[in-house]
Amino acid sequence: MTKIKLTTPVTDAVLEKLRIGQKVLLNGVLYTGRDAAHKKLVELLDKGQELPVDLKGQIIYYVGPSPAKPGQIIGSAGPTTSGRMDLYAPKLIALGLKGMVGKGKRSPEVIKAIKQYKAVYFAAVGGAAALISKCIKKCEVVAYPELGPEAIHRLEVEDFPVIVVNDTLGGDLYEEGTKIYATR
Amino acid sequence: MKSINVANISQAVAKLCMDANYFLGQDMIDALQGAYDQEISLTGKEIIQQIIDNAGIAKSEEVPMCQDTGFAVVFVELGQDVHIEGGSLEDAINEGVRRGYTDGYLRKSIVGHPLERVNTGDNTPAVVHLKLVPGDKLKIIVAPKGGGSENMSAIKMLKPAEGVEGVKQFVLDTVMAAGPNPCPPIVVGVGIGGTFEKAALLSKESLLRAVGTPNPRPEIAELEKELFDSINNLGVGPQGLGGRITALAVHVNIYPAHIASLPVAVNINCHASRHKEVIL
Repeated sequence: MTKIKLTTPVTDAVLEKLRIGQKVLLNGVLYTGRDAAHKKLVELLDKGQELPVDLKGQIIYYVGPSPAKPGQIIGSAGPTTSGRMDLYAPKLIALGLKGMVGKGKRSPEVIKAIKQYKAVYFAAVGGAAALISKCIKKCEVVAYPELGPEAIHRLEVEDFPVIVVNDTLGGDLYEEGTKIYATR
Repeated sequence: MKSINVANISQAVAKLCMDANYFLGQDMIDALQGAYDQEISLTGKEIIQQIIDNAGIAKSEEVPMCQDTGFAVVFVELGQDVHIEGGSLEDAINEGVRRGYTDGYLRKSIVGHPLERVNTGDNTPAVVHLKLVPGDKLKIIVAPKGGGSENMSAIKMLKPAEGVEGVKQFVLDTVMAAGPNPCPPIVVGVGIGGTFEKAALLSKESLLRAVGTPNPRPEIAELEKELFDSINNLGVGPQGLGGRITALAVHVNIYPAHIASLPVAVNINCHASRHKEVIL
């Protein structure tokens, strides 16, 4: 299957063409964030304050990398379980966040927000952390350094391989893919 | 009586922490190759290939195969004719974990209080399971366990009348509910019998077997095979995106049970099913 190249920031027009099951190579900037960072971001939003990073048109990668060895840009950096961010994701999507990369199922609320605001959820291969780290060309902390591996990093990526799981039509590859291969 | 100094124990544990995270066992590599051949989903095949390639990169560059380098779960078999000298066994193990996770650039994922949630900074404490056995050897197994798969594990106290059918249903329900979250293809550890905590321990101990090695009891080996086929008929597939290969193996361990009880525990391991051992 041909892989679609996508460069951030992304537009609605590009995302609306994506369908579940399609393979995508991400290029450009990804912001990292997991539980603790999401909690802080949403607390700021609830107080009506500005976020330390502008997420409009951007993609968040749910990851907590292992420490970089000397000479490495980043340590092993595979996706973490996205479900833990479900509580926070709809608020960020409403704000203009366009994509999320992680692994595992999303809640109905997140899928609804994805459809309503035209965003996309991508799966990266869980555990393929050493392989994925090869696609990361630059890494810097842009917010919450005190969170260590959970800080928000700005990554520059080249041909980062992901698969479309939830598209702007409300499709869900976890549901559909399992149905195709179930034999009972 | 043989004496083993705690310094040797710490050193051994530190190395095991690193080795387990860098080097996936050959049994797992072989199982993944077999899974690649059998998978009919093209996306599934591609994913399994990426997992195999990932293990190769981790090995050659000595970096963690998964960024979640896990809770250090340490199984110790202490010969009753061994004398530990120079300090406490548990402190020695924790010192080994501290050193292994720090020197090995492994992610520190442990918070010191489950509710306050401040990282301990060195991945300690370990979870230590100690068994006293005959002889004068000390066997240490380090099995780092990631949160993603551990979170999808489950335990249930069945009624004895629910029998083997109840056990099968619970295992399938657990795997189906886990779906993509534990990073399939998975290794499924099942503990049946004992008490509440014994069943959980049995399920985790079963994951220490070389992957796909059947239980020596023929009726349990038969149950493992049946569960394996049923799980792979669910359609969950690699990474939960659909396919034939959801599990690489099902391991079942059993223990006698109380007349009133039929505990069943399902401990799910991801495709980074890691454990390394040493005998001192």
